[in-house]
Amino acid sequence: MDTPVATLEAQPAPPRELWGKLRRNTAVVIGGCLLALLAVGSLLAPWLSTIDPTLIDPVNRDLLPGASAEVMTFTGETIRHTYWMGSDSYGRDIHSRVLYGGRVSLIVGVTVAALSLFFGLITGLIAGYVRWLDGVVMRVMDGLMAIPGILLAIALVALWRASLLTVIVAITIPEIPRVVRLVRALVLSIREEPYVEAAISVGTSTPKLLYRHILPNTLAPLIVQGTYICAFAILVEAILSFLGVGLPTDVPTWGNIMAEGRLQFQQYPHNVLFPGLFLAVTVLAVNMLGDGLRDTLDPRFNKRGERAL
Amino acid sequence: MLRFLASRLLSTIPVLLIVAVAVFLLLRLTPGDPAAVIAGDMATTEQIEEIRTSLGLDKPIVVQFGIWFGNVLHGDLGESFFFKLTVAELIAQRLEPTLALALCTIVVAVVVAVPLGVLAAWRHGGWLDRTLMGFSTLGFSIPVFVLGYLLIWLVSLKLGWLPVQGYRRLGEGVGPFIRHLILPSLTLSVIYVALIARVTRAAVAEALTEDFVRTARAKGLPESRVLIRHALANAAVPIVTVIGIGLALLIGGVVVTESVFSIPGLGRLTVDAVLARDFPTIQGVILLFSVAYVLVNLLIDLSYLFLDPRIRY
Repeated sequence: MDTPVATLEAQPAPPRELWGKLRRNTAVVIGGCLLALLAVGSLLAPWLSTIDPTLIDPVNRDLLPGASAEVMTFTGETIRHTYWMGSDSYGRDIHSRVLYGGRVSLIVGVTVAALSLFFGLITGLIAGYVRWLDGVVMRVMDGLMAIPGILLAIALVALWRASLLTVIVAITIPEIPRVVRLVRALVLSIREEPYVEAAISVGTSTPKLLYRHILPNTLAPLIVQGTYICAFAILVEAILSFLGVGLPTDVPTWGNIMAEGRLQFQQYPHNVLFPGLFLAVTVLAVNMLGDGLRDTLDPRFNKRGERAL
Repeated sequence: MLRFLASRLLSTIPVLLIVAVAVFLLLRLTPGDPAAVIAGDMATTEQIEEIRTSLGLDKPIVVQFGIWFGNVLHGDLGESFFFKLTVAELIAQRLEPTLALALCTIVVAVVVAVPLGVLAAWRHGGWLDRTLMGFSTLGFSIPVFVLGYLLIWLVSLKLGWLPVQGYRRLGEGVGPFIRHLILPSLTLSVIYVALIARVTRAAVAEALTEDFVRTARAKGLPESRVLIRHALANAAVPIVTVIGIGLALLIGGVVVTESVFSIPGLGRLTVDAVLARDFPTIQGVILLFSVAYVLVNLLIDLSYLFLDPRIRY
């Protein structure tokens, strides 16, 4: 059950060379482009033939994809609108909801990845470097990791009532121990390196040693791990919403759209399948980006299978 | 050997203890009076007082943990105020569907993933290998519920081959029992297949580079025997390990799959309990899943002794 021990040998490649390597990696290019497309799509949602995603219009409910209808907006004007992905049982435009929902997914994915890396890095550095704390910290992490992540997230959300913040925190907490394990393993292997010994022998202080010599060498595996966490966070957020324990139901998220759509799934499967497709493609894109980054940045950190979700 | 067994058993104790502390603290982290939270929204003042005394909520938190933990060790997980049953009874009622789904999924996943992984390793870098790795990334990415609905739509609604949703107990006949389990198990097994196939591929590919494989081929053994008896047998430890680690994934997936397919198991119980803020039930289910996860992984660690006789702890 050991976390991947990424051994670090090569010096980090100079930026330009690295960029060239990344550009030649198909997985990075495809994943990156898909994600960029999605980010642009959800940021520019207001200008992509959408209407307000919360606009309820009983007249236009249960429209099939591609249907066109008159709709009165919140400002009171009547416009002609095409429901590219149909409408739900409240008459809300699925296309608009899916695009706006992308914002939530991306925010959650990126924030959870950043937060778990940050806290995991600090804890892992301490556990890896301050030996007497190591045992205690790692036992606590083992214990936390024994609770299946999604269950822990569900339970935490139940405690706090859902909001964007609580959902993010609830998904972050189960992820932290996995980062801690990774960082600790990295630190343990790096501190045996001759250059660390050399730095110690010339009297480098511990904080400076951690910051200048150890931290930079943990970055590549951490970036890779961060993308996987991001993908997983997007997935868990959708699962929480889908189960009805995530963000409030009036917030357009992919999970919420699917949760509403499931009630009418037999007649109108598109209400579930469109947001589902976006979710699947997004997670796939992030995972591809992660695989590509792993192969480029850190070829020896190649044990995806050992990352238990 | 005995010393290893003893030390391995002992090392699970702190893990289980920390799980217990975490589950215990879960409730103490809620804003407000824990007794009122445990009793649920519809409890009377007497019920709340009763809980307060039975859990010793007026005592220091360490004592409270002692009382709660003592009860748990006796199998007393408290009482669900939403379902009007003890949590232990609730879990017993819901165990069968979840066990059936989980076992069925593991069997499907292993039967599909191991041969695929072996073939991919055998033709390392070939088209089968690349296709399989592509599908494995896809398998990691497609959300369980999306896949579930896709399969329902295709197999049940369009083709009409299998029931849409629901569950039949084994007691109601083997036929309906299996027909209702096929789609959920398939759905749930995809991510597991992706995980196991990847690890099998890596482990078998590594074993295939060993000298004993060359020897086996040189003495003219059929390739199938080389692959199975020599390569796969030596790759058993990582494969079994990942099956154990993947259980965490499976448990998360069970919660979602049971919701999609309306299966009245522990996963549905978890979601219902969360929606009703039924904390004793949430605690009980999480504790059960976590302990099961830890114990299965303990058994797997012990199985190394049989899978790889070279291992001497």
